[in-house]
Amino acid sequence: MLRKLTLGTALALGLTTGMANAAAEEVEIIDFDFPFEGPFGSYDTLQLQRGLAIYTQVCASCHGLQYVAYRNLSDPGGPMLPEDQMRAYAEQFEVWDPTLFDGEGDWRPATPADHFGQSSLSNAPDLSLMAKARKGFEGPFGTGISQLINGMGGAEYIASLMVGYHETPDCAPDDMDGAYNAAFAYGAYPEECKDEHGHHLYPGSWIAMSQPLWGDDVEFANGEVNTLESGAEDVAAFLMWAAEPKLNARKQAGLTGVIFLTVLAVLLYLTNKRLWHGVKYGRKD
Amino acid sequence: MSGIPHDHYEPKSRGEKWLESRLPVIGLLHSTLTIPTPRNLNWMWIWGIVLTFTLALQIVTGIVLVMHYTPHVDMAFASVEHIMRNVNGGHMIRYFHQNGASLFFFAVYMHIFRGLYYGSYKSPREVTWIIGMLIYLLMMGTAFMGYVLPWGQMSFHGTAVITGLFGAIPFVGADLQTWLLGAGSVGQPALNRFFSLHYLLPFIIAGLVIVHIWAFHSTGNNNPTGVEVRRTSKTEAEKDTLPFWPYFVIKDLFALALIMLVFVAIVGFMPNYLGHPDNYIPANPLATPSHIVPEWYFLPFYAILRAFDQDVWLVIFVDWITFGIVDAKFFGVLAMFGAIVVMALAPWLDTSSVRSGRYRPMFKWWFALLVIDFIVLMWVGAMPAEGIYPYIALIASTYWFAYFLVILPLLGVLEKPLTPPASIEEDFKAHYGDAAHGGKAAATPAE
Repeated sequence: MLRKLTLGTALALGLTTGMANAAAEEVEIIDFDFPFEGPFGSYDTLQLQRGLAIYTQVCASCHGLQYVAYRNLSDPGGPMLPEDQMRAYAEQFEVWDPTLFDGEGDWRPATPADHFGQSSLSNAPDLSLMAKARKGFEGPFGTGISQLINGMGGAEYIASLMVGYHETPDCAPDDMDGAYNAAFAYGAYPEECKDEHGHHLYPGSWIAMSQPLWGDDVEFANGEVNTLESGAEDVAAFLMWAAEPKLNARKQAGLTGVIFLTVLAVLLYLTNKRLWHGVKYGRKD
Repeated sequence: MSGIPHDHYEPKSRGEKWLESRLPVIGLLHSTLTIPTPRNLNWMWIWGIVLTFTLALQIVTGIVLVMHYTPHVDMAFASVEHIMRNVNGGHMIRYFHQNGASLFFFAVYMHIFRGLYYGSYKSPREVTWIIGMLIYLLMMGTAFMGYVLPWGQMSFHGTAVITGLFGAIPFVGADLQTWLLGAGSVGQPALNRFFSLHYLLPFIIAGLVIVHIWAFHSTGNNNPTGVEVRRTSKTEAEKDTLPFWPYFVIKDLFALALIMLVFVAIVGFMPNYLGHPDNYIPANPLATPSHIVPEWYFLPFYAILRAFDQDVWLVIFVDWITFGIVDAKFFGVLAMFGAIVVMALAPWLDTSSVRSGRYRPMFKWWFALLVIDFIVLMWVGAMPAEGIYPYIALIASTYWFAYFLVILPLLGVLEKPLTPPASIEEDFKAHYGDAAHGGKAAATPAE
């Protein structure tokens, strides 16, 4: 599996060996290869199903997915659960229905039309759009060319976050809340880990969420590989689908449009050439 | 409609005569479509069609989006997600509209810089130029208000920053900002009125586009030589021109197809590349994003806004001489709007007797520098205001003003221009050989 580290990591590695002047707030985003990257990339249905399992058993205990409906799990270009499985999946959950019990409301099993729940922790953000609300790998060397070719890559951020839990740097005080994560930019950062210019010595910051994935988090029926890295990629792919469920359809429409417009442009070019030929060169043909 | 001698429409059938004597609409369409157009127009004369098409695209996609959008602070973000997820084809319509703004500005910058190079703003086309500048200003207002509607983090905090610019105006600023927002801060009243205006302004733009076209159909198109079409007789005029249909319609459609090819590839394969990830986070007044960056098409003027900070001696001097009325913040606002005003005044600042930059050896270099300057401003506008960037922004902003206020007026005096060809016909034949001799020999690559 191809892995490249960003400039941020390079700078951070350089810093530990005594280089100075790294930009502040660097994060370590890894250039994961996802099947949905690039103009012809599309979602891997089995990967989305594995990601759904991890989301359900790990993420969903705190995080919501409020813009996604259970019925979407059967949509083309998604995890494509067969309808009975999708219905069975929805029925595991209870939703509050204010129309029940003579308008006083009551809990009932979820139907395909219901949406996934909201976050149950106030500091756990909703994950529906997380893969589009964060930047991914911006390489090479921070140019963003990778994003131009592969797409914005918020899924890379999520996967990097999952594998970004490293040993706490020695400079940090012992009573520091949260865990050190090299991909997380928004958390607290101890003064002890900054140099004299206030620059961070290590990428990332301290995150309130404790490490959610360790490998072998979920048992897959068909005995799929289940390492920390594969789990991180699977759940990131699932959240990319949650954020951009129409990606496959969009790329197909884009390709159709490009082919159609290429043909149209060629025809118009020939028409234009013939039309102007007489005017330019004085021959009517 | 045009002052160039040409054949007029004569109604033939009884039905045409009946309608034409009551409402000369066929004649109007006929003269618009067959208008004599300089035959030497190059590929930089395609952006007008691209812009007209894009305006139509934005209006059509926008009308559909409004059918599913809810302008309410608690529902706007979710309604955009509803469009993206549940509306048939909604994700494509929304991405077309979102990226259509970028296409619009890309085309308008090409169009404006073409005008600046070939002197399209000069007499007798000043009114066309001024109307164009009005359209550009309305476009900026429309694009800004459209960006507010999804009610994401950038929408919200960008609105606070931009309306804050009006708050910097002395004496009336605070009241003006409140009046614009309909409240003391960004909220429901602002969202509602921006939605209303975002729907209204494109139709005003469409009206101005018609006036813009009317104006240059009266003066005739400019062309790469800057030499006017001969109007002494119809025969001579016909040697300089070709009817718009079919020659330029087909040419423009070919160019439009190529540009749409790139545009559709962007929409299909990388629709969020030009956007900002933070706008996929619902607006939260309590959490300000670390870097508030406008969309790319505002960056050059955003750079000028930020360039004149309180460390610049000119700003300090103006602050002192005006007893603090024009402080650094207001100076920045004046500079930003001033940058567009000086561009609008180009017809009166350019003193050269020669219209087209093609025949102005010194002007060419200063113009090339202006194009580079614009790109530098765009780049530096996206950079944080620290380190070396403020100096680059200041130098680039200074050149922008120097180009219009010093270089354009002086060049007309200092520069010795080349002699333009006597007629468009002469220029056209120099490119393609004498049509009468039917040779390809003298063909040279078009500019």
